[in-house]
Amino acid sequence: MGREAGDYHVIALAGNPNTGKSTVFNALTGLKQHTGNWPGKTVLLAEGSFIHHGARYKLVDLPGTYSLIANSGEEEVARDFIYFGNPDATVVVTDATCLERNLNLVYQIMEITPRVVMCVNLMDEARRKRIKVNKKVLAKRLGIPVVTTIAKSGEGLYELKEIISRMATGRMKTQPCLVKYEPEVEAMIECVTDDLRKVIGKDYCLRWLALRVLDGDSELIKRVEERVSGRNCKHGQGRLKQLSRRDAT
Amino acid sequence: MDKEGLNSYQGEMPLKDKIVRSIYSQAEETVGFAVRFEEGGSDWDRKLDDILTSPVWGFPIMLLLLGIILWITISGANVPSDILADFFFELEGKLTGYVMLLGLPAWFNGLFVVGAYRTLAWVVSVMLPPMAIFFPLFTLLEDLGYLPRVAFNLDRVFKACGSHGKQALTMCMGFGCNAAGVISCRIIDSPRERLIAILTNNFTFCNGRFPTLIALSLIFMGGLSKTGGEVRATFVVVGMVLTGIIVTLLVSYVLSKTLLKGTPSSFILELPPYRLPRVGSVLVRSILDRTIFVLTRAVLIALPAGAVIWLMVNINVGDKTLLSQGAEFLQPFAALIGLDGYILMAFILGFPANEIVLPILIMAYMSWGEMSDLGSMQAMGELFIEHGWTWTTALCTMLFSMLHFPCGTTLYTIAKETKSVKWTVLAFALPTFVAIVVCFIVNQSIGLFWR
Amino acid sequence: MKMDRLKPGALAFVRGLDATGVQRRRLLDIGLVKGTRISVIRRSPLGDPVLYEIRGAMIALRSEEAALIEIGLE
Repeated sequence: MGREAGDYHVIALAGNPNTGKSTVFNALTGLKQHTGNWPGKTVLLAEGSFIHHGARYKLVDLPGTYSLIANSGEEEVARDFIYFGNPDATVVVTDATCLERNLNLVYQIMEITPRVVMCVNLMDEARRKRIKVNKKVLAKRLGIPVVTTIAKSGEGLYELKEIISRMATGRMKTQPCLVKYEPEVEAMIECVTDDLRKVIGKDYCLRWLALRVLDGDSELIKRVEERVSGRNCKHGQGRLKQLSRRDAT
Repeated sequence: MDKEGLNSYQGEMPLKDKIVRSIYSQAEETVGFAVRFEEGGSDWDRKLDDILTSPVWGFPIMLLLLGIILWITISGANVPSDILADFFFELEGKLTGYVMLLGLPAWFNGLFVVGAYRTLAWVVSVMLPPMAIFFPLFTLLEDLGYLPRVAFNLDRVFKACGSHGKQALTMCMGFGCNAAGVISCRIIDSPRERLIAILTNNFTFCNGRFPTLIALSLIFMGGLSKTGGEVRATFVVVGMVLTGIIVTLLVSYVLSKTLLKGTPSSFILELPPYRLPRVGSVLVRSILDRTIFVLTRAVLIALPAGAVIWLMVNINVGDKTLLSQGAEFLQPFAALIGLDGYILMAFILGFPANEIVLPILIMAYMSWGEMSDLGSMQAMGELFIEHGWTWTTALCTMLFSMLHFPCGTTLYTIAKETKSVKWTVLAFALPTFVAIVVCFIVNQSIGLFWR
Repeated sequence: MKMDRLKPGALAFVRGLDATGVQRRRLLDIGLVKGTRISVIRRSPLGDPVLYEIRGAMIALRSEEAALIEIGLE
């Protein structure tokens, strides 16, 4: 991800399959990338860019996934981009007619980065099915900005660009309301977070990482460890592995 | 409720479950506050599904849609094909004229005009119209959301063959281009089922082979210019496509019982809501993205290939041309499977792209014959019959075209996707073996029972 | 009772999953956690897979997967 600071902002586009994510991507970038209506369509990372108020934004279309817990290569690609790629903002495109399942991904992404915009797409279908989405309430409960769109007709996309630009340039701060787990899980998270802080310092998203340690995601732990050992933190080597081993049992 | 089952679930829940459950209960709560579900929403999705996935109508509609798309493609492509061919042929005359005017040698005209240009003209006039019709129609179905329903309808069959319902989607994609079909196999999560889908994608007629199929069925089964010829040809084409599907299933079954043994992996298929496609954007996108993409690839291969083939037809070794030498060498074997040496040679030389198989064949035949009208079906038919083609030759050529080794691009894609020499070699050898066996059986049994 | 025993039109809720590993994870990710309500929409023309409505989405599962889901009737 070797990019010059200030050259352009990197925006990740995440979402469940079939939310019209690629339509949003095409509408924003003007790139004619075909989007079919079937699950798992996006398999390569398409990139495009748009200019808003004179600034350039590079948009990366992540694979459509239900989750980020890396059950598949696609989930791993999406997760790695959001976590290691450190985009300036992540837009999660969601299906207005099936928000419950889409929020699963939104909450997971919010745990990785606070710079999240929720784009509630397919509002026309929600209207057809008489599903009323109150975006103010949604934004308030999530603690992140929410934009409603109909990507295929372009409705709401200007507002989306506006919010992306405010977030990417740091003019908009969010306070995501993260998922509260059961007390005993929270206690474990806290315990692991403390250990992690000693090992790798503050700047990695510790709560999320702690959850992955508890999950026993050994692949991710290994990769984080590689990064840490590369950053003069030699005493940290092996510690993460110990952590994950201890908590898996 | 059995007690044992209950106890095992009420015990300590795994940590992962707790995490996901907490996320979902928070999602539920948020939706409860922010979303209102009102009565009386339209449910035409479900009504449409009642028909399109019904036990009675599901399969007939699938077949009918396939037939309609193929029929529109076949009957609609004929006239523009002829117009394009006339245009290109006229231009060829002019090009030759200019070459003469500039005083360039005859071999220059041969290599660039008769070789490269004519092959290019043939590929464009034969490929462009069916693609420009097929791709938009297919894209409409795709955008509507029909394809996942096809997977839903057919999954039981794929399961019986040890493969995944989503293979139906990758096959649909293969109708456009097998390389694209192979890439689309990524939507199948399990490596085993994905490999089966990759190895069998070639049995779906791609757009590059489609013109061969259409031309031969029109000439030999449709009975050119006779009324109802197009309908008959459509039936032949649908039959061929179905044969391809059956071969796909059989080979998938064999693979899943031998080389790719294993239990079917998990199957989760979401059926998205139907969406009214926007016809304008479908047209633009399918023509820009797919038609132009595939056509460009074909043209890039056709130009040099045309020149090379012209050389092979015009360079003599001993008393025969290079191509004739090759064809004569292949003749005894080719005759066994219902082809002739030139046809087999054309398939081999057409390895870079299936589109150029027929042009190669025409050029090879023409080295000792004259075709007056480039690209016209009538003239092509006469040329073939002149060279001893029968109904059986046409059938075997179609079968061989459908079943033989994948084109260069597809094979390259398979190598990239599987990252394995072994599977790439198999992807070449398996279809070739199947093609030879099927053509041999068909040819020999026709010889036994009808002659 | 397992989910594959349900008939179209039935309503039920999830009591637990028998699946392990990645398969369990996938089922959880589409929202099949304890307490989730599901309804059976239809069978495919050949009887399998079966289409379920799960959290507002239409999801088809084969009988093998459905048999891993322990449900209770509403």
